[in-house]
This record gives sequence, C-alpha cells and structure tokens, in this order.
Amino acid sequence: MSVDEKFDAIIVGAGPAGSACAYTLAKAGKSVLMIERGNTPGSKNITGGRVYTYALELLEPGIWEEAALERRVTHEQMMMINKEQTVKIDFSNPAYNPKGYLPQSFTVLRAVFDEWLAAKAEERGVILACGIKVDDIIVDSGRVVGVKAGADEMFADVVIAADGVNSLIAQKAGLFKDIEAQTVGVGVKEVIELPAKTIEERFNLRNGEGTALLILGCTEGIHGGGFLYTNKESISLGCVFTPTEVTEKKRQIHDIFQDLKMHPGIYPLLEGGQTVEYGAHLVREAGFRGIPQKLYKDGLIVIGEAAGFVINVGYSIRGIDLAIVSGIAAAQAVISGKELGSAYMTELANLKLLPSMKAVDSYFELLEISRLYSTYPKVATNILDVLFRVDGKEPPAVKNEMMKILKENKLSMWQLLKDGLRGFKSI
Amino acid sequence: MSIKPMDAANLLGLNKFEVDEEEPHIVLDHEKCKPCQEKPCLFVCPAVLYTLDKSGVISFDYAGCLECGTCRVMCKNKGIVKWVYPRGTFGVNYRYG
Repeated sequence: MSVDEKFDAIIVGAGPAGSACAYTLAKAGKSVLMIERGNTPGSKNITGGRVYTYALELLEPGIWEEAALERRVTHEQMMMINKEQTVKIDFSNPAYNPKGYLPQSFTVLRAVFDEWLAAKAEERGVILACGIKVDDIIVDSGRVVGVKAGADEMFADVVIAADGVNSLIAQKAGLFKDIEAQTVGVGVKEVIELPAKTIEERFNLRNGEGTALLILGCTEGIHGGGFLYTNKESISLGCVFTPTEVTEKKRQIHDIFQDLKMHPGIYPLLEGGQTVEYGAHLVREAGFRGIPQKLYKDGLIVIGEAAGFVINVGYSIRGIDLAIVSGIAAAQAVISGKELGSAYMTELANLKLLPSMKAVDSYFELLEISRLYSTYPKVATNILDVLFRVDGKEPPAVKNEMMKILKENKLSMWQLLKDGLRGFKSI
Repeated sequence: MSIKPMDAANLLGLNKFEVDEEEPHIVLDHEKCKPCQEKPCLFVCPAVLYTLDKSGVISFDYAGCLECGTCRVMCKNKGIVKWVYPRGTFGVNYRYG
C-alpha cells in the first residue's frame, strides 16, 4: 500500500460522534475515511430522542438551520403512572425558544439526522463508505495503524472508534472489556405516524413546536422509564429497562412496553396512529462513573457512546449532544498535533463534556432508589386521588389518609425522609 | 390500522431487514445453554427471538435481530459463543430510528 492511500484519520461509525469528528477534521484539511456498517448513516441507530442545539452550534455556527430536525422542544413534561391513573407536569419556558434565535433542543429521528450530518461531512471532503463493517483493527508495534474489513485493509495515522454503545472496536483494541449488564439499559421504541395537525392539537403545540415527555411507573418496578417525543409527523414512544431486573420479573420487555402504549394516559395521544417501526438499542446508564478509565491508546481514540458519554438525570437524557462534542474534541486533539491521548482529554474538559458529566454524577444515587419506579408513582397518584375525590360523603382528613397511603405502600416516614435527603444530596 | 398491542413478530414485520442467509451473526452453543437456570435471553430480547421449544431447548432465530446487544451482555453461561454485528449491508435497516 502506498503512502498516498494512507488517511490522516479513519473513523469507524457515521453516527453524530463520527460525523462531527469527520466534519471538523476535514474542515481543517485532514484526509478522512468514515466507515459505516449500515447501508446509510443512521440506519442502525435509535434515539429517544432529541438533540441539544449548542452542540451543533459548536460544530458550525448556524448549521442547525438546515439540519434534519423534527420539532423544537417547547414543552418539557414528566408523567407518573399507576395502574390507570396519571399525574403529569408540563413545563414550558419561552426563553428556551427565543424568537429568531436558536431553540434549545429539537426532537430527531436518527435515520434522518445521521444521514444529514454525514452528508455535511462529505461536503467538507470526507470519504464516506457505507455498508462496510470493520471487523478488526490493525496493530503494528503496539500502535493502531488501521482497520480490517473482510479482506480489505485501510491505514491511517489515527483510528477513531465511534461505533456506539457496544464499542466492539475498543474491545478489540484491548482498551476495555465488554460492557457490564448492570451499567446499561435496554430501550425499545415504536415510531407511530400521525398527521402534524393531530399531534399539534393533542399536545397543545403551535406549528413546529414539540413535546418531550418522560414517564415513571411504567416499568413494573424495574429501574427505567418511558419516553415520548413528538416528531413532525410521528410520535416516538419508548421505554428503557435495566435488563438485569427484567429477568427477575419473568416478563418480556416487549410485553411491558405494549402495556405502556395502551395506558389510558398514553393511548389517547396515539389513537388513530399507525406504528411504522419497532426498534431497540442499549444505552449507557452509569454516567460519569461508567466512563472507562482510558479512552485512548497509541493510534486510537474512542468517542461518543462507545466512550460512555450519556447523561441521564431522570428528567432529561443527553447523548447526541455529547457525541457531537466528543467528536469535535477528538478532531481538535488530532489537529493540535500534540500527544493524542492527553490532548483529547484536555479538549473534553475544555469543551465542558467531562465537567458536565461529573457535575451530575451523583444523580446515579438518586436514580438507584428503587422506590422511584413503583412506590412513589403509586403514592403520588393515591394522594391526588384523595384530594380530587368528591362523592358527597364527608371527606376524610387528608393527613390521616396520607399516613394510610404510606402504610399501604410499606413506606415509613423515616424511609421517606431518608429518600428525600438522599435525593436532595444527589442533585 | 389503529393502535393496539402487537406481538413482537408483527412489530418486526414493520421493519426493513436484509437477512444474511449465509452467515449468522449470533451463534449459540446449546450444551452451554442447557444448564443455564435463569435463561435471561427469554425475557430481555426486545424482539423475543429466544424461545423454548417443547423439549425445553432454547430456540433462536437471528433473522429479526435489532442488533442491540442485550442478549450478549446478559448471557450467563456464555452460551452465546458468537456475537458480532451482521456483515456490511445486512441486518436491520431503520428508516426512522
């Protein structure tokens, strides 16, 4: 192989991390080969989900205006369900969507978004090779010098693993072991088509506005929760479960998810719609503490979810923005010409990725409280039931009823205070 | 069409797949699966591709695989002796994602 055929960088995976990295490198004049196993970028990917726009702005100011986005999120909602009962909080702040300025976040569909972002990288000169699966890395004297796909070998100064949650490339490189089951959630999702007008009426949205909804109490007590995002002409409804707890329940996650779809608090939002796709994906749940100790070795850097960059604080979930930022960080490290590993870690810190993840690391302890997933949604709906019930009889003293509810749910005042304190300390 | 509970097979029928007839990307060793008590694969696979046949042996079809990796990380007895992504161009093709 001649020197001419060697790239400055080979990127494995054309998701948001890979494409952001490729884009930034190519903009700086680097030769980049980006390899994607799917037929098109995004064809293997699933999101909830949404993208926070600051990351796109960091990639290229103004690029969001032409991005393949769905709806700008104007309504942040949380829901707790218990049997047939529902509690919902709806928060909206126009400051997240100032007129004429960049909205804070948009809902997205990955097959659409990833393909757009990869095409932007191609416009900058990146060579995108789809339908090719990288099988292994090529190592020479301890240094990663390229990748193998079937009988083909491709070489580069640096290989960037942007191959997603399962991070098989980093495992091949011996950088870290396979992911531990208790550090991931398994998410399932249906995309349900509905006319834009119907979505806007049902969610009280104006043209182009969108809702992000997270749901507690729909997982049979398993750590996890549901999500619903409004797209332009579809709804993404899904649910994430800690797989290690699913086995104990002896119920299939697909089955539990179907119950959520038919729940009286959810079904009316979907009624008349048509499911057009069913997807599943793992997602890292361990946050900052789940990031592998080392994200690089000689000739190799790991970015995006392969590196564990996901933030889940219970009321919002971030992954795509962190993927983009980590791609930019890796590219800047390569461009700097400095020692790659330490330059990458410095960039991750400078771009506030690692500090952001560290700042919410203790949320992990809050979300560990198993009562969040069953007991508290029950208590909340039971108490509201006492408050709102009018049947012509003499209403009971609310405080007595509340004590009764706590007792029924095997919750002592002491436990409640302890969880409250633990939660408060975590946030 | 309206919204109703759907079994996994019908949901998978909505997706676009390109099945690699020549090379399965997930392979089980039934001898290793036999003594496994928990059999987490029966519950955690979102596509419900792992089932028990009449004789209690795990039956598995890789054709509707969503490539999530849950079975691999949950496999107790290491009965999944091969788990790789399907060869390039094969497997699930999400049109929405």
